Amino acid sequence: MATKLPKVPVVIVGMGWMGGIIAAELAKAGIKTVGLERGKRRKTEDYFMVHDELRYALRYDLMQDLSRESITFRNTSKMTALPMRTHGSFLLGEGVGGSGVHWNGQNYRFLPYDFQIRTKTIERYGAKKIPDGMQLQDWGITYDELEPYFDKYEKMAGISGDKGQNPMVGKRSADFPVGPMKKTPGIKLFEEAAKKLGYHPYMVPSANLADNYTNPDGISRAACQYCGFCERFGCEYGAKSDPVVTVLPVAEKTGNFELRDLSNVMEVLHTGGRATGVRYINTLTGEEFEQPADVVVLTSYALHNVRLLLLSKLGKPYDPSTGTGVIGRNYAYQVNGGGAQAIYEDREFNLFAGAGALGSCIDDFNGDNFDHSNLPFLHGANIRYTQAGFRPIQTNPTPAGTPKWGKEFKKQSLHYYNRILTIGVQGSSLPWRHHYLDLDPTYKDVYGRPLLRITYDFEDQDREMIKFMATKTIAIANEMKATKTQASNTISNYDIVPYQSTHNTGGAVMGTDPGNSATNTHMQMWDAENVFVIGANAFTHNSGYNPTGTLGALAYRAAEGITKYMQQGKGMIG
Amino acid sequence: MAEEEKDQQPKQPNGPQDESRRKFLKVSGAALGGVVVGGVVGGLIGRNMNQPKQTQPGTPAKPGQQTKDFNQALMYMNAEQFTLTEALAERIFPEDELGPGAKALGVAFFIDHQLAGQWGTNGRDYMMGPFQKAEATQGYQAIFKRHELFSTGLQAVKNYAQQKYQKGVPDLTPEQLDELLTVFEKGQEVQINGLPSSVFFNLLRSSTLEGAYSDPLYGGNKDMQGWRMKKYPGNQMTYMDIIEKEEFVTYEPASLSDHMTQHG
Ligand SMILES: Cc1cc2nc3c(=O)[nH]c(=O)nc-3n(C[C@H](O)[C@H](O)[C@H](O)COP(=O)(O)OP(=O)(O)OC[C@H]3O[C@@H](n4cnc5c(N)ncnc54)[C@H](O)[C@@H]3O)c2cc1C
Ligand code: SF4
Repeated sequence: MATKLPKVPVVIVGMGWMGGIIAAELAKAGIKTVGLERGKRRKTEDYFMVHDELRYALRYDLMQDLSRESITFRNTSKMTALPMRTHGSFLLGEGVGGSGVHWNGQNYRFLPYDFQIRTKTIERYGAKKIPDGMQLQDWGITYDELEPYFDKYEKMAGISGDKGQNPMVGKRSADFPVGPMKKTPGIKLFEEAAKKLGYHPYMVPSANLADNYTNPDGISRAACQYCGFCERFGCEYGAKSDPVVTVLPVAEKTGNFELRDLSNVMEVLHTGGRATGVRYINTLTGEEFEQPADVVVLTSYALHNVRLLLLSKLGKPYDPSTGTGVIGRNYAYQVNGGGAQAIYEDREFNLFAGAGALGSCIDDFNGDNFDHSNLPFLHGANIRYTQAGFRPIQTNPTPAGTPKWGKEFKKQSLHYYNRILTIGVQGSSLPWRHHYLDLDPTYKDVYGRPLLRITYDFEDQDREMIKFMATKTIAIANEMKATKTQASNTISNYDIVPYQSTHNTGGAVMGTDPGNSATNTHMQMWDAENVFVIGANAFTHNSGYNPTGTLGALAYRAAEGITKYMQQGKGMIG
Repeated sequence: MAEEEKDQQPKQPNGPQDESRRKFLKVSGAALGGVVVGGVVGGLIGRNMNQPKQTQPGTPAKPGQQTKDFNQALMYMNAEQFTLTEALAERIFPEDELGPGAKALGVAFFIDHQLAGQWGTNGRDYMMGPFQKAEATQGYQAIFKRHELFSTGLQAVKNYAQQKYQKGVPDLTPEQLDELLTVFEKGQEVQINGLPSSVFFNLLRSSTLEGAYSDPLYGGNKDMQGWRMKKYPGNQMTYMDIIEKEEFVTYEPASLSDHMTQHG
C-alpha cells in the first residue's frame, strides 16, 4: 500500500532541463512544487575525478542504469523488438540535472520554417511534394511567437555566440548574452572555406560559457576552460550550463520547491479526465508513495514521458495501421552522416583541447534555406566543424583501407591523431506513419512494467539528404588547405549500436488539433487539462539541429501556461 | 628558455600546469569579484598549489628504481589466461619503434581487472530475458556476460592453435598469431557459444585500446606511455592558453593521481 502524502499544488516528474526550468519559474511565481527524480543528487564537487575517459565516456557513469530499465528497438513492425542491452545510439540521462549534466551544450533555435513546416512546404512546392506516409505537421506556434522565450532561456543559460544577425536563421530580438567562444585554427580553416564558397558560417551557439557570466537570476559562473572532457562528462568548473548550476538552485532558494531524489514515478493517477497525482517508489527502500497534486508536470525526457502516459493509460495510444491516436505518434530522431575529413600531412592541431560546443557551422543547407524543387528530399542539415576535444581511447583515426589492429594500425592512428579535421552533418528527421512508440509486449523493467518499444528506420528521404550533404561537406573540406580529403555519402539502416545522438523526439506532439496532437502549444494535454507533458516529445519532427535550445524556449512558455492555469483553475490555456 | 618560447612550448613537467591553474584562478577571481564558483575547482587549486610536485615526471622511473607495483596481480584470470591475453593484446597493439606495446603498457592487467568488476559482469546492462536472435542493427543479445565471453574466447583461441598449428599459443610465431587473429576477426570459421568469433575479437580489440589509453589508475597505460606516444596530455585543468594557438603544443602528460597529491 502506498503512503498517501499531503497534497501539493504541482508535482514535477524528472529533474533535467525541462523539470528544472519549470521548477524555477513556478517557484519564482510563488507556486509550491515538489520535484521527483529517480536518480541521485549531483553537484559540481562530484567531478573531482571527471577527466576519466574510461569511466564517463565508455562505462557511462552518469547515464541511466540499464539493468533496471531500458527500451526495445526494431527497424520495422515485421521484426521482433529486442532490448537495448547496453548504451549505444543514445545515452539516456539519470540523476538530478538529467542529460543536461553530460550534454555538449550546442544550443540552437529551430528555424521559422520548422514551426510551420507543413504550410510552408505546401506553399512553396505544392502538397504533392510531401511523400505518402510522411506525417508532416505544423507545430501550432510560430517562431515569432516563441522568440521572447528563446531569449529568456538563452539569458538564463548564458548562451555564447556571435553578435549580430545571421541571415540564415530566425530574427533575434537581442544579441547572445555572452560573446562567442574562442576560435581554433581548425575553426578558422572551416570558416574561410565556407565563406569562399559563399556560405554564411557562424560560431556554434554554446552553453559552455565563453566568459564569466551572471544571469538575470543572479547566478554567477566561470568561463569554460576548453578542458576537452565535456560531452558525457560533468563540468568541474560549473562553466557548462546545466540545471544543477542554474535553475535548480534558483528554485530551491525560494523555499517554494522541494526536490526528492531516488523517487521513481510509476504512474500518473487520474480519474474522469483529470490527474489526481502520481505514485512513486523510493528506489532504495522500495517504499511506495502517492503524491496528490492539482497539476502534474511530466519532464522525464521525451521517451520516458511517452512511456509514463502509456503505462498510466492517459491519452489515446497511436495506432500505425489506422494512423489514429496520438500517444506514440511521430517519433523522429536525428540523421547524421555524409561527413567529410580534411587530412593534413604537414601539420598537427591541438585536437586534445576543446569544448562540447566549440565550433563553426552553416545553415545554408538547413530547413528550407535552399530550393528543394528538384531534390528528392525535404528539409536539410546544419553542417559544422566542432572541436570538442579528442580523447585517446575513442579517437583512433586512420586513412581508409588501414587494418583495424596491429603494427600498421598503431602507426597510422598515432600519426593521424592530431591531423584530421572532420566536418559533420546534423540532419533533420521527418515523421512517418510507421515510425512510432508503444509498449513492448515482452520485455519488462525491474518493477515488471513493460519497456517502451521504438519502431524506427532511416528512409530514402534520409539517404538522399545525406548523399546531397556529402557533396557540400567535401566541397568545404577541399577548400581547407588539406593534403587530402575524403567523405562518406551513404547511410544504410538505423542501427542502435553506434552512438549517434540523444535527440529522440516526438511521441506526444503539440499542435492545435486533438486528432493529431497530444497537447496544445503549452504542452497541456487535450485529454487531461491538468497534465503538462514537456520535452522533445512535443516536436512534430526533428530539425537539422540539436534540440535543447528549442526545448528551453518551449519550457519557459509552458511555465507561463501552467501559471495561468493555476490562476484560472480550469480550461485549456489559449 | 626565452619567455616567448616558453609560452609556445610550455609544458615542462607539471610546472606549467600549475601555472595555468593559477592563471585561471586569477582570471575568474578578478572578474567575478567575491563570488565563489565551482567548489571542486577551488579545492583542486588549493591542493595543487600548496603541495608542489616532488617528482620529476617525464623521465619514467627506471625499472630498478621503481617501487613494487602492487596492482600487478590477478583478480579474475588464471595464469594461463593471463599469458594468452598478453600475447594476443601485444599483436593488436605491438611494441615497435614508436614505443611500448600492450604487454609493456600492462594491458593484460587492465583487462583482468575490468573483467572482475561490474563491466565484466554486465552490472549496468539490461540482462533480463528472453534472449532471442538479433538482427545486426539490434546489438549484443547474448545471455552470457563479458567475462564469460572473454574466457570462452581464450579457450577457442587455444583450441584453434592446437588444431591448426598443433602448438600452444605461446609457441606460435608472431605471423601465426596474426593469422589466427585475422580468422577470429573475420568471424566466419570459428563460433564461440553460438556467436561468430568476431564478437570476442571486438571485445579483445576494444579492451586492448582501453588498456593502452585509459588513466593509469586502471592498471594499463603504464607510466602514461600510451598517452606520451599519442602526444595526449591526459588530465589537464585548462587549455585556455593554447586553444587559439596555431602551433602544436606538446605536454608532459598528467594523470588523475595528480589530484591526490595531498595524500602522497
Ligand atoms: C551525450 C549527450 C550530448 C548531448 N549534446 C547536446 C547538445 O550539444 N545540444 C543539445 O541541444 N542537446 C544535446 N543533448 C540532448 C540534451 O541533453 C537533451 O535534449 C536535454 O537534456 C533533455 O532534457 P529533459 O529535461 O527533457 O530530459 P533529461 O535531461 O533526460 O531529464 C529527465 C530526467 O527525468 C528523470 N526521470 C525519468 N523517468 C523518471 C520517472 N519515472 N520518475 C522520476 N524521474 C524520472 C531522469 O532520471 C532524468 O534525470 C545531448 C545529450 C546527451 C546524452
Ligand atoms: S569544455 Fe568547458 S564547459 Fe565543457 S566540461 Fe570543460 S570546462 Fe566545462
